[in-house]
Amino acid sequence: MKRTVPLIICSLTGFILIISWFLPAAESWGEKVTHWFDIVAAFAFVLGGANLLKIHLQKISNRRIGWGYSAVTLTAFLVTLLAGLFKINVNPSMNYPAYSWSGNYLDEGGLLWWIYEYLFVPLSATLFAMLAFYITSAAFRAFRAKNIEASILLFTAFLILLGRTYAGSLITSGLPDSLAFLRFENLTIIIMSVFNLAGSRAITIGIALGVVTTSLKLLLAVDRSYLGSD
Amino acid sequence: MFEKLNSLESRWIFLMTFLAVGIPILLQKSLPEKPTPMVMDVFNLVEDLPSGSLILCSFDFDPASAGELQPMAAAFVRHCALKKHKIVFMTLWPVGPPMIQNNINILKKEFPDYQYGEDYVNLGYRTGGEGVIKLITTSLDKMYSEDVNGTSLKKLSLTKDLKHIQGIDLLVNISAGTPGVIEWVQYASTPFNIKTVVGCTGVTAPKNYTYIPKQLAGMLGAIKGAAEYEKASIIQYPQLAENPQAQEGLRRMAPQLVAHLLLIFLIILGNVLHFVGRRKGLSS
Amino acid sequence: MVQHSIIKSCCKSVVVIATLLLLITEGYSAEPSPVEKKTSIQPAKNITIKDYPGDLGTSLIIEWELSEDDQNDPKKSFVIAYEVYRKTEKTEYKFLSQVTYQKNFYRDQECEPDKKYWYQVIAIGKNNLQSIPLESLNPGIPILQWFDSRRGWIGILMLFSCSLVVYFIWIARKGKKLKIRKIAGLDAVEEAVGRATEMGSSCLFVPGILDVNDIQTIAGITILSHVAEVTAEYETDMIVPTCRSLVMTMAREAVETAYLSAGKPDAYNEDDIYYLTDEQFGYVAGIQGTMVRDKPAACFYMGAFYAESLLLAETGNSIGAIQIAGTAMPSQLPFFVAACDYTLIGEELFAASAYLSGEPDQLGSLKGQDYGKLLCAALIIIGCTFATLSSLANHYQWGTGMESSFSSIQTYVSENILGEKGFRP
Repeated sequence: MKRTVPLIICSLTGFILIISWFLPAAESWGEKVTHWFDIVAAFAFVLGGANLLKIHLQKISNRRIGWGYSAVTLTAFLVTLLAGLFKINVNPSMNYPAYSWSGNYLDEGGLLWWIYEYLFVPLSATLFAMLAFYITSAAFRAFRAKNIEASILLFTAFLILLGRTYAGSLITSGLPDSLAFLRFENLTIIIMSVFNLAGSRAITIGIALGVVTTSLKLLLAVDRSYLGSD
Repeated sequence: MFEKLNSLESRWIFLMTFLAVGIPILLQKSLPEKPTPMVMDVFNLVEDLPSGSLILCSFDFDPASAGELQPMAAAFVRHCALKKHKIVFMTLWPVGPPMIQNNINILKKEFPDYQYGEDYVNLGYRTGGEGVIKLITTSLDKMYSEDVNGTSLKKLSLTKDLKHIQGIDLLVNISAGTPGVIEWVQYASTPFNIKTVVGCTGVTAPKNYTYIPKQLAGMLGAIKGAAEYEKASIIQYPQLAENPQAQEGLRRMAPQLVAHLLLIFLIILGNVLHFVGRRKGLSS
Repeated sequence: MVQHSIIKSCCKSVVVIATLLLLITEGYSAEPSPVEKKTSIQPAKNITIKDYPGDLGTSLIIEWELSEDDQNDPKKSFVIAYEVYRKTEKTEYKFLSQVTYQKNFYRDQECEPDKKYWYQVIAIGKNNLQSIPLESLNPGIPILQWFDSRRGWIGILMLFSCSLVVYFIWIARKGKKLKIRKIAGLDAVEEAVGRATEMGSSCLFVPGILDVNDIQTIAGITILSHVAEVTAEYETDMIVPTCRSLVMTMAREAVETAYLSAGKPDAYNEDDIYYLTDEQFGYVAGIQGTMVRDKPAACFYMGAFYAESLLLAETGNSIGAIQIAGTAMPSQLPFFVAACDYTLIGEELFAASAYLSGEPDQLGSLKGQDYGKLLCAALIIIGCTFATLSSLANHYQWGTGMESSFSSIQTYVSENILGEKGFRP
């Protein structure tokens, strides 16, 4: 029963939505289901939040290794939640000055805005910026001309790396206009919009077919492992 | 020497990257970029629109990708303001509103004559991804009856007659992922033939080439695209050369150049070590 | 004689000066906007109203030919927009919407089925110039349609692909042996878990950063259930940090059942599958912290990934873990290929469940998928062949008949079968 009901819901909803795609009268059903999912996912936030509290409170109370990090996580979680929920320090909206809670929760000057601007933004940017370091170390370690294919890849990488900077333009700036396509910046565009695009499309077609097959397996209940196979 | 280099720890590579990026940032050098044809296509599209044209800017990115995309967004906004176009801002990302605000701050600071409600409007964020796009192509009112401040769109002169986005002159989408370029192309640009240009991160650029030139009139890819757009703007509006804020992208090209050269050097070094190792019978 | 030559040279000078003056005045007169001279603009032409296909009779398409003053180059174009007005049998013309220059259609989506609508289009020029209105003589009537004929071909292709999958599942159920090529990344799952067991360390499974409504996450969870069976057999700990609460719930169900089927229900600990945060980089930071502190010996990344792919894979590399990744995000594949030991590329992620389970039903579905790929390849070849033939016929003048038939086949494939037209002529 625990497996059968979800499987029936999955199959029924899936097939109805597929059919509705061909029937104009039922076209809005898909949007409705998306809204249902959003509502369920919104409730699931509570589940996630409760799980976060449980795991980290357990860690703190058992004084497990790294419990200090859990304390930081919980403090950050609760402060951010309360700052947003109670709109701490948020000025009322200009349209409704009499209502103290009428301002937008992310309005400039509010505590949540402060957390966003001075903690969230720099932390997110820092993590994203770490990509530069990781790309360099991965390139040094993994980019080897082990065979002909890898060598072609390597050569192409050089062209793109140079073509995306001023160095590329400078090196090939002397080429006459009749050979302008050989300038690094133009070669970069050709590589990206022809060779790269062709490969990318082939992978995308494979992925699309994989999606079709997987969806069909789920709708026909051939693959039940995502619910725990029986 | 070979042994040392072959077992080079990541931290030394990180240090090299740090110096390669950090020193050019501190030196504040900018390089003479030349706008490529694709960037000029985008620039000319904004430039050639008659003054007062209505442009919808959807800034679908977050603080993490702002380093790459904010110079692009700022360059678009400055250009639109210089051309006196009308701008409607919106975002499909929950963390997008501050990204819009950063650009509105540019308008407030550098174009004090630009009036909210008359020259630009901020619609803010609505949840639903592509659902939002589908609705605003049919009826703006169903999704946005008021702006980010709670003012009815009917009370703002710019939006009081705007029923949906089919009538806009240009759609500018700056996006770091999903929902973003693909959703705008599928649900707005293609079915309603809306002229669209996009700006995107370097990683997502390759897949967006698929849509050029049929669905997308042009694309700015990564910081290089932003730098070239800034350069094109400076050529057309020389007063921007005196505004350091308008050259954020250009300034970031020097660190990019050095980082790319370092990358090339490291790849070559790695390969030299690989071949020397192979000759010595070692695995690198 | 002298006088004559003087007069002649004077005349020449006058002509030269006049020419120069003319050139100068022309040069200057070209500068100001030509609009200033313009007192009227040409209207749009030939308005037609069509029912918008495949809807509930709520839309009409109004098309017109562009005004002669509407140029592609906005600097030269006198027309800047078109205003569309609508009237019904009971009402007079009312403003509907404005569309930009060079746009020759408008879709009115506020109609009622079987009602008559007339339209008027006015070209708007610079300096508030307006053309005379272009009116539709015949009304447009929106018609309610129950089947969206534009999607007819897509339906046929979908039915065909799905039938292939169902057919091969049926064949497999009848006992026919189906071959499947080796996927190194999936063969390495056991090796990776085995290594973690030998080292007395744990495994880490990351099911991507999207929610359960993304098919990649579902594919990731199906792989998780197979990996969990192996970890249960080896009695190795497995940590599953999730980015979404619903993914956590689903992962718990899958892992619990896997432990049960492996006969080790007591080894299952639901706290090993926990929610971190919905925020992308917060999630990455959380996992990186776990990696650095707990040093799992095997890391699996299966699902949808964005910028975090390389951050996770490089951290995994730095702790010396054996890493297996799989994603259908083409832009992230290069990062995983560079930093991980094994990578499932695109469709391999979706094939993993069938491969790992070895169930005939699932293997049959893979075979069906391969035939779907053949169909795609055939369509691509047909399209390319006819596009090439049409172009060659045009270039070498093979005759209009041949050229037009090649071109019409190509157009039919691209516009009807793969495009928006569907069954419509």
